[in-house]
Amino acid sequence: MGNRTIVPFGPQHPVLPEPIHLDLVLEDETVVEAVPRIGYVHRGLEKLVEKRDFQQYTYVAERICGICSFMHGMGYCMSIESIMGAEIPDRAKFLRTIWAEFSRLHSHLMWLGLLADAFGFESLFMQSWKLREEVLDVFEETTGGRVIFSVCDIGGVRKDIKKETLEKILGVLDRMEKELTEIAGVFLNDSTVKLRTRGVGKLSKEAAFELGALGPMARASGIEMDMRTQGYAAYSQLDFKPIIDLEGDSYARTKVRLGEMFQAMDLIRQCIGKMPEGDIKVKITGSPKGEYFTRLEQPRGEVLYYVKANGTKFLDRVRVRTPTFANVPALLETLKNCSLADVPILILTIDPCISCTER
Amino acid sequence: MSILRMSKTLIKNLLHGPFTIAYPLKKKETYERTRGSIGISIDDCIFCGMCERRCPTNAIRVDKARVSWSIERLQCIQCGYCTEVCPKKCLDMENQYTEPSFGTVRDVHIKCTNTQSPSES
Repeated sequence: MGNRTIVPFGPQHPVLPEPIHLDLVLEDETVVEAVPRIGYVHRGLEKLVEKRDFQQYTYVAERICGICSFMHGMGYCMSIESIMGAEIPDRAKFLRTIWAEFSRLHSHLMWLGLLADAFGFESLFMQSWKLREEVLDVFEETTGGRVIFSVCDIGGVRKDIKKETLEKILGVLDRMEKELTEIAGVFLNDSTVKLRTRGVGKLSKEAAFELGALGPMARASGIEMDMRTQGYAAYSQLDFKPIIDLEGDSYARTKVRLGEMFQAMDLIRQCIGKMPEGDIKVKITGSPKGEYFTRLEQPRGEVLYYVKANGTKFLDRVRVRTPTFANVPALLETLKNCSLADVPILILTIDPCISCTER
Repeated sequence: MSILRMSKTLIKNLLHGPFTIAYPLKKKETYERTRGSIGISIDDCIFCGMCERRCPTNAIRVDKARVSWSIERLQCIQCGYCTEVCPKKCLDMENQYTEPSFGTVRDVHIKCTNTQSPSES
């Protein structure tokens, strides 16, 4: 046994703008153990539910995370709608699905860029983020915001997408698909990229299951688990299958996410094709009473919303279990026996969102 | 050769020139729905205070006695909730952001009535 050294990683680290701290116990260049510590960006958003009424909290829920903001808002609204027994119009369901899938596209593109940046491929990073801009422009045109949309409301959505805009979106998707295919080829076939991702950070199917990994992390290890198959929003009317891979290494996780991006484009096209006409919102009166669990699939994995209401304007409790929190044990498992130089890439492959995790 | 996979994209980019906008010379176009800042047509306002009560960040203050409506610009999150609940629809979302600033900025709008001019208040 060699000498053991402890190297602190984060909370400020060039590879990751978000504050997570890891104490890496090294034996020479190999990581033996990693001890995580979070708690640097806690904002008390769950407690805020006592000070803001349940309609105002829609805007707070959206601000839990900057990347999957729409899905946080949607999870919260779905919980309240279920408690109040409100059935939202079909068109609103399809609009929600379109924005949710665009969010997935935008999140995965951002992740691809960060991954390329982590192994030092700057031009690939720029290329991914250039594509992401197109998605952000679609968001700005349809919702008014580039990151925080404020379109999801209890009882439906607040803004409709016009027919001409939907056709424009189809054009954007066609253009993006062509460019994404080029980048995907680099991520999957370039030998320098493969050297950094292939066989790095293997997570077996059993370990992924036992440690409760979620989302692309679990799917890359061969677990077919996708909350969208439950059929919330318009997913029950769309045709898709969860994308899985059996390898369980960083390369497989990249492959799963790339596959999900093409799938997201396909789902948006299906939504636009099947979109019904009609209202986008039902009027909600009164205050909610009861409790509800909602599970939905975010770009990073399954998010769990628990809402407890007491019949007044102010809710008793909102609890959010975010995917990154569930993926941290799996991350620690993959870090064992990897080399110090691979640590940034391994941390990135779970697509960490620490701000969500701490709320 | 798998090591040169990126070259096609790189050559295309070299010929294309920058994809970014040369900002101070050329400004980015906004869309109809772009949420920039909250504007008010103060003459239509009835000072009911609905926007003040509904604002998630308490950025808006309405004073009925002084017929004034004010907003803390840096506290506002541009969610647009006030524009929705306004019964007279005198609040609207403008496309442009407010000017950057170092301190807190409170924009005060005072309604001109027959008995009071803006300079007096």
